[in-house]
This record gives sequence, C-alpha cells and structure tokens, in this order.
Amino acid sequence: MRLSLKWLSEYVDLRVTPEELAAKLTHAGLAVDAIVRTGDWGPEIRVGRVSAVDPHPNADRLRLATVEISAEETHRVVCGAPNIAAGQKIAFAVVGARVRDGHSGKDAVLKPAVIRGVESAGMVLSEYELRLSEDHEGILVLPESAPLGAPLSDVIGDVIFELSVTPNRADWLSVLGIAREVAALTGAEVREPPVDYGEAGAPIKGRVTVDIDAPDLCRRYVATLIEGITIGPSPAWMQERLVALGQRPINNVVDITNYVMLELGQPLHAFDYDEVAAGHIIVRRAREGERFTTLDNEERALAPDMLVIADERGAVALAGVIGGLESEVTERTVNVLLEAANFAGAGIRRTSAALRARSEASARFEKGLPPELAMIASKRATRLFVGLCGGKAATGAVDVFPGKKRDARVEVPRERIARVLGIDPPVSKVRSVLGSLGFSARWVPPDRYVVRVPYWRPDVRIGDDIAEEVARIIGYDEIPAALLAGSIPAPIAQPRRELRERARRMLADAGMREVIAYSTTTLEALRRVMPAEDLAIYPPYRLVNPISAEHAYLRPTLRASILQTLASNLRYQKGEVAIFEAARVFLRPDDRPADAGRPFGEERQPDERERIIAAVTGRRADRWGRPGEESVDFFDAKAYAGALFHGLNVDVTFAPVDEYGFTPGRTAAICAGEARLGVIGQVHPDVAGAFDIAQDVYVFEVALEALLPLAGGDRKLAPVPRFPAVEQDLALIVDEDTPAGTLQEAIESSSLVRSAQVFDVYRGDQVPEGKKSVAFAVAYQSPDHTLTDDEVAKAQRKILERLRREFSAEQRGA
Amino acid sequence: MPLPRGGAYNAGTMATDTVEQLHAEALRGLAEAADARALDAWRIEILGRKGRLTSVLRGLAELSIDERRSVGAAANALKAELEAAFDERAEELRRASFAATLASDRIDVTLPARPHRRGGLHPVTQMTERILDAFRSMGFSVVEGPEVELDYYNFEALRIPADHPARDMWDTLWVDETVDGRRPLLLRTHTSPAQIRTMEQQQPPIRVAVPGKAYRFEATDTTHEWQMTQIEVLAVDEGLSMAHLKGTLLELMRRLFGRERQVRLQCSYFPFVEPGAEVAVDCFVCSGAGCHTCHQTGWIEMMGAGMVHPEIIESMGFDSARYTGFAAGMGVERLAMQAFGVDDIRYFYQNDLRLLQQF
Ligand SMILES: [Zn+2]
Repeated sequence: MRLSLKWLSEYVDLRVTPEELAAKLTHAGLAVDAIVRTGDWGPEIRVGRVSAVDPHPNADRLRLATVEISAEETHRVVCGAPNIAAGQKIAFAVVGARVRDGHSGKDAVLKPAVIRGVESAGMVLSEYELRLSEDHEGILVLPESAPLGAPLSDVIGDVIFELSVTPNRADWLSVLGIAREVAALTGAEVREPPVDYGEAGAPIKGRVTVDIDAPDLCRRYVATLIEGITIGPSPAWMQERLVALGQRPINNVVDITNYVMLELGQPLHAFDYDEVAAGHIIVRRAREGERFTTLDNEERALAPDMLVIADERGAVALAGVIGGLESEVTERTVNVLLEAANFAGAGIRRTSAALRARSEASARFEKGLPPELAMIASKRATRLFVGLCGGKAATGAVDVFPGKKRDARVEVPRERIARVLGIDPPVSKVRSVLGSLGFSARWVPPDRYVVRVPYWRPDVRIGDDIAEEVARIIGYDEIPAALLAGSIPAPIAQPRRELRERARRMLADAGMREVIAYSTTTLEALRRVMPAEDLAIYPPYRLVNPISAEHAYLRPTLRASILQTLASNLRYQKGEVAIFEAARVFLRPDDRPADAGRPFGEERQPDERERIIAAVTGRRADRWGRPGEESVDFFDAKAYAGALFHGLNVDVTFAPVDEYGFTPGRTAAICAGEARLGVIGQVHPDVAGAFDIAQDVYVFEVALEALLPLAGGDRKLAPVPRFPAVEQDLALIVDEDTPAGTLQEAIESSSLVRSAQVFDVYRGDQVPEGKKSVAFAVAYQSPDHTLTDDEVAKAQRKILERLRREFSAEQRGA
Repeated sequence: MPLPRGGAYNAGTMATDTVEQLHAEALRGLAEAADARALDAWRIEILGRKGRLTSVLRGLAELSIDERRSVGAAANALKAELEAAFDERAEELRRASFAATLASDRIDVTLPARPHRRGGLHPVTQMTERILDAFRSMGFSVVEGPEVELDYYNFEALRIPADHPARDMWDTLWVDETVDGRRPLLLRTHTSPAQIRTMEQQQPPIRVAVPGKAYRFEATDTTHEWQMTQIEVLAVDEGLSMAHLKGTLLELMRRLFGRERQVRLQCSYFPFVEPGAEVAVDCFVCSGAGCHTCHQTGWIEMMGAGMVHPEIIESMGFDSARYTGFAAGMGVERLAMQAFGVDDIRYFYQNDLRLLQQF
C-alpha cells in the first residue's frame, strides 16, 4: 500500500515529521518500509505533452517522441516505453537534470546521447527514474490538468509512504483507516469525508432490485443509481491522488470507484445500468459449466463455488474480483448502477487465486471487510458521482443485508490485560487509548471492561486483541523484561538429535568439514547413485512447484549431494578434502528399514531418516601443508569413520561387500554384531566421473537410526595392568584373501593375549604365489601374575594350532 | 692440542713436582683447558692413575715420617681441591658449549606448524548450537519435528485455514502427493508446527526450542534463501506474559551479541499469536547511532514473536484463563549473518570450502 501524506492530511492534522510518523506507525504494527519524497526534483524536470510518436528508423522497439514543453520549446527524444502515446502529459527531463540511472540505479546527470543512430537530448521519465517506485516498465503519465511547462515538483510534490499492511488489517488498506491510526498515535482528531448527497432523481424502488441467493458468500449488497452522467476525465486533484497511490486514471466513473476504494477501503463496481437486464441484480453461485467474459476480454470457465453478480440473462461480474465486458461502463454510458457489496473473504480469495485474477478489490475483500462500510462507501461514491459526473442520484438506495449482526462487544477483565502484557495500565489510560482508536470502553466495577468495537475493526474479537490494542498505542517499550520463573519442566529426551550432534562434533574434531546441502535433488543425479529398480519401486517425493528443476525431488539419499558438493570444490581444492553432511532423507513409508519405529509423523508423511555421509579425496599434505605425493585411500576414510565409532563407543567390524555405485573389492559394510550400520568404500570411478570427478573418492555413509540402539553406552575403566606384558612378533603366511581382521580376532581370542596389532603385510620373496605374510605384534599379559616363558610359548603354540586349523596359516620362517 | 706446560715439568726433569708447584701449574692448566678434549687430557695428566698427583703421592714414601705427615696432608688437600676444580671447570665448559650450540642452532619459530587437519562445523550448525545453549540454560528442552509436514500442522492448527489471507506470508512448496483429492503434504514453511506437536504431547509447564530446516517458495537474493534453518521457541505456563517473552529474548541476544544489548518489540501480526511482535536488537556495530549494518536505523530486525493465541491454548485442551504462553521464531542464517559478518545469505548453502574453512 502506498500512502500520500498530502491526501492523508485531508482527514487528520499531521503534527510530526514524516520520519517521526513513520516510526510511530511502524511501532504500532503498520510497517513503513520506505519514505519517498516526490518534489525534490530540480527545475530541469517539467511537465510536457507528447505531441507525436513516430517509429525509430533503426529499431522496432524504440520510438521517437516529440515532446512539447511550451509553445516555443519542443524536444525530440528516443523512447522505449510501450505505453507512450500522443496527447499524454508526461514528466520530461532536459539535458542537465539529475535522474536515477536505469543501469547503475544511482542518480546521474542526464547527457545528450545517440541511440541507435538517432540523437536524443532529454528523456520522458518513468516512476523509476523519478524514484517514485521501482517500476520502469512504462513512463509516468500525468493528469491532463498538469500545467504544461510547470516544474514537476509543483505538480506532484508529496511524501509517499510505502507500507506493509498485515493481513489482519483491511482497514489499513485505506487512507481514512490510516488517518484513524495516525489520530490515535498523535492525539489528533479524524475528519471523516462527507457522504451526504442530494437525491434529485426518481425513486430507485422498482427500477433496481437485488436478490442474494448466496447469503453465506454475500452479507450485504447496496445499490444506488445515478442517471444522466457525462463520461469524461476526472478532476485533476483526484487524478493526482490516484497517481500518487499507483493507480492510472481512466475516466471519471472508474476513477471515482477507485478513489473511494483507496479512501475508505471498500471496493465498488459501476455497471452500465442499461446493460443490466430489468435492473435486476442476482447474487448467486456460478452454474456448472458457466462461462463468462471478464472486462480484460478473457473468457473464463467458472466453478460452482464462485460467486457471480448476474442479471436475468447471465453473469455480469465476478463478485469482488473483476467485472464483465458486457456491462462495463463505456464512453456511451449514461446511467450507472453502483454496487457496494460485502463478500466473504475466503470465497473471494479462492476465486481470484483459481482464475489468477487478483486485484486491488480482491486483496481488500479477502482480508474481511465490515458490511457497515458498504453503505458508507456507497453514499460517498454517489456523492462524488453527483458532484463530478453531472448526474442525478435516484432517491433511496437498495440495501439487502442478510448478514446483519449486533455491534461487537468484548468483555475484558482488567486482570487479563495485566496477565498478557505484564503491565497493568490504569483504567483511565486503557479507556483513553481505546477511545482514541474509536473503541468505547466502559469500566464495569469492580474488575472489568466492556468494550464496543468500531465497525472498521472486525479483527478485534477477544480480550487479548484488546490487550494488543492497548499495548501498541501505549508502546511495547513500556513492557519490562522479566526472566522466566517457576518450575523448570522435565527435560524431553531426543536421543536421535543428541546422537546426531555428537556425531557431527566427532567428525569435525577428527578433521572433517561439515557441509549443508539443499534437501532436494534431481532424478538425473539420483540415477547415478541408485539402482534404477529402487527408483522405480520407491520413487522419490516430487515437489509440485520446485524453485527450479535442480530442486524437483526430495533426497532419498545423500550420496548424490555429497559428490556434487565435492565436485564443485575440487576446482579450487588441490589437497585433501574431507567433508561430511548430517541430514535427513525422505523415504516412502513402506521403504523404511525395519530397525526402528517411525520417529514422528503419521503414515501419510514420508519417513524421515537421519544419515551421515562423508567423502574423502585428494592428496595428503606434505610437511608444509601442501598437496604431497600420496593420495588418500580407503584407510584415510576408515580412520575418519573409526574416529566416529570410537567416540560413540561402538565396536564395529568391516566386511567386504558389493554396493551399487561403489568399486568392487574396495568396499565394506560397517557392522556391529548383526546390525549393518552403513557402508564405506571407493566410489566407482564411473560414478565419480558422472559427477565430473576424475580422482579417487572414498565415501562412508552411516544410518543414524541403526546406530541409535548401540551408541551412548559409557566406557568402563579398565585397570592399568600390574604385571608386565611379554611382546612377541608373529608373522603368518596365509591365503591372499584371508582378512587380517579375522586373524587378529582369532589371536586376540586367546585369554593371555592383551592385543595383537598388524605391523606388516608382505608379498614376494619367500612367500608363495597366492599367499601373503601378515605380521602381528602380540602382547601377552596376565592380570594376576608375571607370565613365564613357558606360559607364553604354550599360548603361542595354541594360537598357531588354531590358525593352522582354521586358516591354514603357517608361521613364517618356522 | 697439547697441554701447556711450565716449571720443572717443562724442563723435562724426572724430578717429582712439589705440592706447591703442582698446585699452581695444575690450576693454570685447568683454566686454560678450553674444550672437552683438553679437559680430558688435563684430567689424565694431573688426576690420572699415572698422573702427576699420583707421582706426588707416590713420592711421599721417600720422605721422613714427619715430612710425610705434613706433605701428605697438603697433597690430599690438593687432590680434593683439584677434583672439585675439575668438576667446576667441566660444568663451566658444558654450559658454554650448550650456549654455543643454542647460538648456532636457533630454530625459526615463525615457520609453519606441521600440518594437522582442522575440521569444523558449518556456521549454521555453530549458530544453532549457540542459540540452543542459551535456551537450554533457561530450562528449554530441544525437540524436533518432521520437515515434510501436514497442512494441518503447518497452517490450520496455527489458525491459518485454507483461503486465509495470511497464507501469503508463507509461500509454500507443496509435495506432489494427493490424498482424497487434496494435497495435504508440504515442506514446512517454519518450525512453528512443533508448537502444536509439542502441546499435543506435553502438559504445561512447557519450554521447548525447536531447530530445523524450513522451506519457502521464494526468489533468492542476498537476504533471501528458499531453504533456511529456523528455531522456534515455545513456553506455556501459568503467569507468563509479554514481559517474559521480552526477558527471554533479551537474554538470548545478550548471550549472542554482548551483555550490553537491548531488545525492542514492535507490534506485528502472526495468526498464531496475540499480541504479536517483531523483535529487534540494538545495532552492535554502531550501538544505535546508525550504520550500514542496521540500515541507519540503529536496530536490527531479528525475529517474529508473540503470546500464544488463547484459541490455540484451548484447542490443545488447556484452560486459556489459567495458562498463557509465548512463542518466537528466528532464522538462524540471519543471526549467523550478523554474528559472522556474512553479507550474502546464499553463501551458507553454496558449500564453498573456501568460505566454510574460515569457521
Ligand atoms: Zn548500526
């Protein structure tokens, strides 16, 4: 909403500066986003008239405008605006004027230019160049009354507020509504505009009838009739005000309806009375299959929940949204039937959204207007018709008001205001504040107010609404800051979140960098990392209106994102890159793993699962931190994963596995007992290549829900051994495919072995083909005595026997 | 280097030194021993098994008993003195040699450290945790909810029915799933649905903070991103007023931006609160004087807030005459931008490591 302070001052005295007023309004809930001063322009910007528009010889989209400033002064300039037309009054800048530059957005001094081979000295200005708005689509068209050659500042000098009106305050979509607010905030009085008019015409009764067939959608319909009008331009003062608020003047009839809508907030519609059959208005729902041509010349298919204004032949308007072509007021119109009606907000919103026909009128109706306003606006507009269009108003008005209600009254205990606000304003203060806003608050001893709510505030219904009114006028600054007291509620355990946050910190502490990607992806990216069958059986959730095609699907896996993130960084990162993300994936409910119950939500909602994904690639750093000779490998990834599981105190094993998108022979399942927690391995070079990654990438992925039942156990302290350990090396010759981890497990299962650590894996001389040598440093130790050589030798013999039996292992060099 | 010699010894006679001679010469020799090797040579010559002190002691046998007593005592005293002098000189030389080593083997302390991988949490995660820490210290529990929400929780239960004009405040990304001809699933536009989910499950007193991702169908620019992280807080109890809302948010801002911060509430509208407020903090760059960060206003808009609408309290089955509550919802990225001096919100999800590595 734009507000002209010039216009506003007709209804209320402005006692403070525009800046002070803006601060007060913003504080009270009507946010002033910008203050624009019009009229700061220099004398080089003046009113001109477009006397001719000719084609540009070298450019289809440009034209040559001849602009007359006075009888002696004309200019010929190149203009690209689509709306320029001969006869218009416009704002013209001669060379030397300061205007906002269309490219830089900064003020610049206008210089002569040659545009596509034609000289152009001067400029026909848009609202953008004048800093009236951000609109540079078309030029600013001034009212016909603007005096030729006059400085623009004298014609449209004003202060304009750009306002953000919250959806609860339809009354702030009117100058009078804001005037009431200004009066309350500054202690001034409101001057309501006059609404009386002379009824010089014949009675309306019998000539106009209104039937409301859908009282649930139309609470009131007021019709007046103005006969014998002359269509023409509206007066200059009205055109100026319309322009100041961003409306283009059209003719006196349309301008009056727009003017009263901006002034009072009530949308109006003017019908050509002679095009409404039998003067009979029927407010009804659209019929199944009904079609209707709106005044923008578009034929629209209507649905039965849409409200139309019809005559006996068919629809003449889409109620509250847009008028019809046939009953539109034209230059030939002589008699006007003026509609001031109250339509239900939700219906208007549904209709205007469905037909993509949102308008100034629908924006007001959908916020909920009071039916009382219809009669006031009807009178106000009829008065203007009589005064400005030369017509006679018929005697009386048709007023069908099925939705009449008693005045709204709200009972509020004084204690409630104090309870909600934390301050207890005195009765006199509450009454005067509410009075200034047009409420009347009666104090009913000993403890309550009865407040009558003015008709223009249908948003105020309950005691807490009254509390807000009091607080916002007194000022929220009066409310002190108090710390929470009382009992602290029992903490709510969130094991999933707590585990995820611990995991995040552990990976970061281990040297990985956290990334957060978008929750969305593309089918193309998913196809690279998921088998086609899986995508077919459990298609990812699709968005109806994604931000772009890149964000059309919710992620069922994080694997594609992490590779994309990696790829986008490898251009700059030459050394080791180790990144991870902890985020949710969105699975079809029947696709969910059987390991845990639903974390939240209903069956209809996707199953949201937590995943941790990590990727490691690049060359390890040398002494100086520069990329060195060696690239990271599987075991670097395993080290990061190991830090995570160690930190969470979960013992895991790694078992070779084949996994889609990973390199066979370089991939392992991460398991804890029977449970599979995730996967680790080298991304298949073809997959990496599909993401434009030409180097080896190692990835691990952990399903948080699988980890959840295992993590969180406290580590138990093991005493420091009191008796010395005996350390012996044990080199074993085994088959190439015997995992070292299995050997280690077997050795460590001996009760006298404290630990067995691999320190060498060797193939070559003295090791037969198809075999390898794995060397362990074995520490023998007993908790209760110092081991003798015999005991150690015996233990080792038994270990070797077992290894021979189970793995055909031989001691190397034995 | 040969030991400097003098006196009778220098003359090369086989005559045995007198105690006095040895005393003077040995001390002079010791003083002249300039390094470990020279010192060792001195020790062998003077104190060694075949050294000059031994000869003196051995020569005692040829003296009379009286002479032997007096010379012997002097010789033993000399032995003790020379040994002590030797130790002292050795220590002196050791210190000198270490000092010399230090002088020549200085390290350049400005050389870079041995590389050690530094990881780190995303700035949004860091800011989320800071905010949650503040709320935890005020007795709030941290809970989470689903990112794909039902229209009911995201809008309807929050007093934003279908066709309500306030829906324009949250442009919505809809999930392409139809149930009974309607689309009930959306990407939550805020974490406020957790208000309803919490009140469905908890009885007052309630204090929760709800972090999580939220999504808007919104064009992006330097201050708007369509995916964001929000934290919603909700407190419901007897006797809660706007003063508690103000105090709680003041404490949050002081923890985040310094103890001297002030907060300002202005009237605003959200359908699920009454009264509603927009919350600003005084600019911590200019302390209210006006600067680029605060757009010359002295205040930085931080979040929306208000008292939980009594109709919501009632619809959750609580007596609104007895229980009141407050709620606030804040964008973590906005707060992170202020705290970390980030001037483009889109940096957060670009995941350019050159930016993330600074955190
Ligand atoms: Zn500032």
